[in-house]
Amino acid sequence: MRNSGFDVLLSLNNLRRLMLGLGGTLEIAAVSVAVSVILGVLCGFAMMSKNRAVYALFRVYLEAFRIVPILVWLFLFFFGSAIVFGANLEGWFVSVLVFSLWGTAEMGDLVRGTVLSIPAHQWQSAEAIGLTPWQVRRFVIIPQTLRRIAPSAINLVTRMVKTTSLVVFVGVTDILRVGKQIIEFNMMKNPMASFWIYGFIFLIYFLICYPISRFSKKLEEKWSY
Amino acid sequence: MNVGFIADAIPIYGRAIIVTLRIAVLGILFSLVIGVICGLVAYCKMKAVDKLTRGYIELSRNTPLVIQLFFLYYGLPKLGVMLSNEACAVIGLSFLGGSYMAESLRGGLEAVSKVQVELGLSIGLDTFQLIRFVVFPQAMAVAVPALGANCVFLIKETSVLSIIALRDLMSVTKELIGMYYNTTESLLLLVVCYLLILLPVSFGLTFLERRVRYAEFGV
Repeated sequence: MRNSGFDVLLSLNNLRRLMLGLGGTLEIAAVSVAVSVILGVLCGFAMMSKNRAVYALFRVYLEAFRIVPILVWLFLFFFGSAIVFGANLEGWFVSVLVFSLWGTAEMGDLVRGTVLSIPAHQWQSAEAIGLTPWQVRRFVIIPQTLRRIAPSAINLVTRMVKTTSLVVFVGVTDILRVGKQIIEFNMMKNPMASFWIYGFIFLIYFLICYPISRFSKKLEEKWSY
Repeated sequence: MNVGFIADAIPIYGRAIIVTLRIAVLGILFSLVIGVICGLVAYCKMKAVDKLTRGYIELSRNTPLVIQLFFLYYGLPKLGVMLSNEACAVIGLSFLGGSYMAESLRGGLEAVSKVQVELGLSIGLDTFQLIRFVVFPQAMAVAVPALGANCVFLIKETSVLSIIALRDLMSVTKELIGMYYNTTESLLLLVVCYLLILLPVSFGLTFLERRVRYAEFGV
C-alpha cells in the first residue's frame, strides 16, 4: 500500500476528527427529525381540520417547502436573518430551523394522508362494538396509522439525513469541511488524500442511510395490506 | 429595495438559469436512459446483471448528491479521471437520477398484470411488440407521476452544483451578496428564478399526469 495514500485514513487523529464532524451533522439531523415528528403529528391533525382557511394555510406552507429547493431555504434564512431579525443566525441554528420546518411539513402531510386512508368503517365498527372515543383511537386507529405510516416516515428520516449534507453551505463544520481540512493539511505529503477521504465520506453516508432504508422496506413488506 | 440593482442583476441571473437548465435537462435525459435500462433489467429479472444494477441503485439512493459530486470532482482526478465541472455535474445528476427513475419505472412495469402479458403472447406478439404495445403504455400510465416527481426533484438537486464551482443560481447569489451586500434583492431574484423554472414544470406535470390517467382508465 506504499504511496497509495490510503494511510491518511489510518491515522487515528484524522479518523477521530472526521467522526466528530459527522457527529455534528448527525446531531443536526437528530434534532430536526425529533422536532419534525412531534410538530408533524400536530400539524397533520391540524391539516385535517374542517376549516378551509386552516387547510389552505398548511397547503401553502407544505408546497412552499416542496417547490423551493432546501438549499435556497437555507440561504434565505442564513442571509435573510440579518435583515429580518437584525442579527446573524448561526449556521447550526439555521440548519436545524430549516430542516425542522421542512420535515414538519412533510411529516404533517404523511400523518394527514395516513389517517384519512383508514377506512371509515374502522371508526364506525369500533364505535358499534361500544368503544369509547378514546378507546377507538387507542386500540383501533392509532395502531393502524402507525403501521401504515412507519415505512414512509422512516424514508423521510433517510431523506433528512441525506439533506443534512447541505449544512456545509452555511458554514457548519461537518464531515465534508473536516475532510477538506485534512486534505489541505496533507496536500504536499499525500496528494492522493482527496480520493480516499471523499471516498470514505461517500461510504459513511451509505453505511448510515442504507440500513435505515432497508429497515423501511422490510417494514413495508411485512405490513403491506 | 434597490430596483436599479435588480435590473443590473437580471442578465447575470438569466445566464445562471441557462446553466442550471442545461445541466438539469441533460441530467434528466441521461437519468431516463439509465432508468429505462435498470428498470428493464429488474423487470426481466436478468440474474447476473440484476445484482449489479441493484447495487448501483442502493448506492446512489443512499448517498447525497453533494457527497457524490465531491468524490467525482475532487476525488477521481487522483486516479487520472479528469472531468470538467459541467461533465461532473451531468454525471453526478444522472448517477443520482438514474436510480430514482429505475425504481419508478420498475413500479410501473410491475403494476401491469401478468394476464396482459400472457394474453399478448397468446395472440402471437413477439417480445418487442409485447413491450411496445402492451406493457409499455400501461406501465407509463402508472409510472409517469413518479417520473415527473423525479424530474422536479432533480431540478431542485441542481441547487448544490455551486459546490463544484459551477456558475449556477446559488453561486451567483452568493457572489452578489458578498460583493454588493444587496441581500434582499439577490435572495428575491434567487427565489423568483427557481419559481420561474419549477412552477411551469410542476403545472405541466400535473397536466401530463391527468392525460396518462385518462389513458389508464380508457383501457
